[in-house]
Amino acid sequence: MGRSFNIEINTKWCKNCGICLAFCPQKVFTWDEKQRIVISYPEKCTGCLLCEYRCPDLAIEVRKVEEESHE
Amino acid sequence: MSWKDYIKQQMFPLFTCSGCTHGTVTNAFARVADELKLDKNKTVIVCAIGCAGRIPTFLDFPVLRVTHGRALAFATGIKLSRPDVKVIALMGDGDALAIGGNHFIHAARRNIDMTAIVSRNEIYGMTGGQYAPTTPAGARATTAPYGMLEPAFDTCKVAEAAGATYVARSDAYHVQHLQRTLKAALQHKGFAVVEVLTSCPTQFGRRNNLADPAKMLERIKEMTVTKAQAEKMTPEELAGKFVIGEFVNTSRPELTEIYAQAFAGMGV
Repeated sequence: MGRSFNIEINTKWCKNCGICLAFCPQKVFTWDEKQRIVISYPEKCTGCLLCEYRCPDLAIEVRKVEEESHE
Repeated sequence: MSWKDYIKQQMFPLFTCSGCTHGTVTNAFARVADELKLDKNKTVIVCAIGCAGRIPTFLDFPVLRVTHGRALAFATGIKLSRPDVKVIALMGDGDALAIGGNHFIHAARRNIDMTAIVSRNEIYGMTGGQYAPTTPAGARATTAPYGMLEPAFDTCKVAEAAGATYVARSDAYHVQHLQRTLKAALQHKGFAVVEVLTSCPTQFGRRNNLADPAKMLERIKEMTVTKAQAEKMTPEELAGKFVIGEFVNTSRPELTEIYAQAFAGMGV
């Protein structure tokens, strides 16, 4: 598993509509107790960028983390 | 440069309601603008009134915001006076097809070189949820409490019949298709029309049991079919569905070039 992605939600822009949560193929996002979006399983992210493209508030950014050698 | 350089970050967050997919169109547009490296000094965005008409003011371009429905009329003026400038009109469905319906068909007839992006959310959102010419039959709106009785407009067929040389439809669910379509439309020479199916959870959704933004987008996913899928379907199966893809991509003489030729050598 060399690939990993860094997901960032700009909480000042996000309106917690839940579109990223509903359509993420890997179910990376969940609701917290105040009905806000949280990134619960960033390790499952495959970097498909669909959340970033679908976000109606342009609040999500997914960046590829540079590979580090684990040997 | 990244796509973030094409939006006015200091004005964000967007004024739209939670889950309004007009924002998705803005998202796709900013990314395509970055991909095509649009020159901000050689591009004008014209928009008018309504939710879809206000969003372009968040884009970092010279933006002209005009009276309701007249985006294409003002855009025609800009293009004729400055043919070297790229003109893009971002409109809503009520703006483009009801109030500005005549401007829409005549801009298509003239084949003037500009891109018209029509966001179809099937309702007048900003004014309180009145029905639009695109509201599907049976759907409820403030002015249609017993359900919409009239049939809806097919934007792409209207544009095709009026003579637009690029006509395509995409939606806010199939975002990669949306970006490809916007890119092709912006590169087209002549009048290009892109209809984008969007959702309004606040005004349309709330009255039609779809107040959840994700459910609203799920509805768009279910009502769209690709051209290849549509060919295998019967007219009964296609009722209420929207075909996404490119419908027209031709070329014919463009208005500003016709003008330039007609007045060449006359010192005008």
